[in-house]
Amino acid sequence: MTNYWPLLGIALVVLGFALRFNPLLVVAVAAIVTGLLGHMPFLKVLGVLGHGFNENRIVTLIYIVLPVIGLLERYGLQQQARSLISRMRGATVGRVLILYLAFRQIFAALGLTSVAGQAQTVRPLVAPMALAAAEKEHGALDEDTAEHVKAMSAATDNVGLFYGEDIFIAISSILLIQGALKAFGIELTPFELSVWAIPSAICAFLIQSTRLLLLDRQLKRRSQ
Amino acid sequence: MITMQLLYVLAGAIFASFGVASIRNSENPKRWANAAFWSLLAASFWFGDLLGDIGNGALVLALVGLAGLHLLGRDAKESTTVEERQRFSERYGSKLFLPALIIPFTAFLGTLLFNYTPLKDSGLIEPKSVTLVLLGVGVIIALVVCYLWLRPPAMSAVDEGGRLANAIGWAIVLPQMLAALGAVFAAAGIGDTIGHVAGAIIPQGSIFFAVLLYALGMVAFTMIMGNAFAAFPVMTAAIGFPILIQQDGGRAAVIGAVGMLAGYCGTLMTPMAANFNIVPAALLELKNQYGVVKVQVATAIPLLICNILILYIAGFRL
Repeated sequence: MTNYWPLLGIALVVLGFALRFNPLLVVAVAAIVTGLLGHMPFLKVLGVLGHGFNENRIVTLIYIVLPVIGLLERYGLQQQARSLISRMRGATVGRVLILYLAFRQIFAALGLTSVAGQAQTVRPLVAPMALAAAEKEHGALDEDTAEHVKAMSAATDNVGLFYGEDIFIAISSILLIQGALKAFGIELTPFELSVWAIPSAICAFLIQSTRLLLLDRQLKRRSQ
Repeated sequence: MITMQLLYVLAGAIFASFGVASIRNSENPKRWANAAFWSLLAASFWFGDLLGDIGNGALVLALVGLAGLHLLGRDAKESTTVEERQRFSERYGSKLFLPALIIPFTAFLGTLLFNYTPLKDSGLIEPKSVTLVLLGVGVIIALVVCYLWLRPPAMSAVDEGGRLANAIGWAIVLPQMLAALGAVFAAAGIGDTIGHVAGAIIPQGSIFFAVLLYALGMVAFTMIMGNAFAAFPVMTAAIGFPILIQQDGGRAAVIGAVGMLAGYCGTLMTPMAANFNIVPAALLELKNQYGVVKVQVATAIPLLICNILILYIAGFRL
C-alpha cells in the first residue's frame, strides 16, 4: 500500500511560495512535514536535511566571486559596461543579448558552464549593457521596461546554459541519463546521448532570439 | 593535491568576511543577525563534515530561523556615489573589464591547459573539480590584481563583497536548501509515489499521447522539485523505459536526452529552481521576485512543444 501522505509536503511548498512566506521557512517546514508523514522520526528528518545541505554546498560556492565583482563595481564597472555599449553603433538590446546567448550556449557546450553566470557576468556586465542598449533605442526607461530588460538578461543566461550544457559529453546530466538507462540494461555512450541535445539547442536559440528581436521592435515602436 | 576541501576553506573565509562586513555597516540596525547568518554559513563550509548530520540539521534550522523570522537587515550602503563611479570609469576605461575577465579566463584556459597537458597526471588538482578549483584561483588572482592596480582602502574587498551578499540575502542559501529538501523528498519516497501515479494513468495504444505524458510529467515533476535531475530517474522508470522504449520501441538515446531537456523547460518555469530564477531577481534588484520566471514562460512553452515534437519524430518516426 503506497503512502500518499508525504505528497502533502509538495502542496505545502506550492502554497507557501504562493502566499509569499519566506522561502527558506517554507522549504524547512515542508521538509519536516514530509519526513514526519513518511514515518520518519524528527531527528532522522533533521539528519537527512542536514546531510543533504552539507552534501550540496557546491551549489553555493559560486558566491566567492562577490568580493571581486563588488570591488570592480565600486570603481565603475557597470558604468563602463554601459558606456561601451552606448558608444557602439547599431547595438540594440536584442543584438547584445543574442550575441551573449550564442556565447553562453557555445561555452556551455564545451563544458565551460561556470565561466559565465548570473553573479559572474549577468549582474556586472550583461544587464548593464542591455540597459544601455535599450536606453539608446528608447531614451530613459520607465521602471517596468528597465525591469523587463533586466529579467530578459537573466533569462537569456539561463536558456543559454540549459540548452548548451547537455551537448558536452561529460556534463553531470548526460552521465545521469546514461546511468538511469543502464539500470534498465540499455548501454549508451555519452556521445550518443549528447548529439540529441543539438536539435533542442537550435530550437532554444531560435525561440529566445525571436523574442529578443521582438523586444527590440517593441521598444522601437514605443519610442516613436 | 588541491581538492574541493581546500576550496571550501576559501569559500568559508569569504562567507566569514561577509559577516565582518555586516558588522562594519553601522547603518544596518539588524547587522548582528546578518553577521550571525554569514558566520553560520562559513561554519558550514569549514566544519560541515565534522558536525554530523544532526549538527548540520541544527545549523540549517538556525539559518532558517534568522531568515524566516525576518531578523535579517537588507541595508546595503554604497561606498561610492554614482557620480564618483562615473568618474572612476572614465579614468580607468575599458581596462576595468580585465580583472572581471580574469576569473572566467583562468577557469577556461586553466581547464584546457590542465586537461590537455601532462599536468593532468601530475596530481596537482583533483581531476573532477578542476574548473571550480581554477575559479577559486581566478578569484584570488583577480583580487590581487585589483589591490595592486586600483589601490582601494584595505577593507574594500570585504565591504563590497558583504554589500552584494547582503543585497541578495537569504536567497543565497535557498538553492542549497532546496537540494536538501530534495534529499528529504527522496527519503520519504515521494519519487516512487509520483512514478506510481504517473504510471497508473498511462493509456494504451497512442504513442503520441504517451510521449506527451512523459514530457509533461518531466515538466511537472521538475517544477515541483526545482531540478530535472530528480525527475528523470522517476519518469524513466514510470513511462520512459517501460512504455516508450520497451513497449513502443522508441530510440533510447532520444527518449533519454530529449526527455531531460523537456524537464529543463520546467526548470525555466519554477521558483523552486532558485539559483536560476530567484537569486538573479535579487542580484538584479528586481521589484518582483518572480520577475525572471515570468519572462521565461514565453520561451519555455514553445520550447517544450519543440521538445515534444523532437521526442516523437526522432524517437519514433525517423
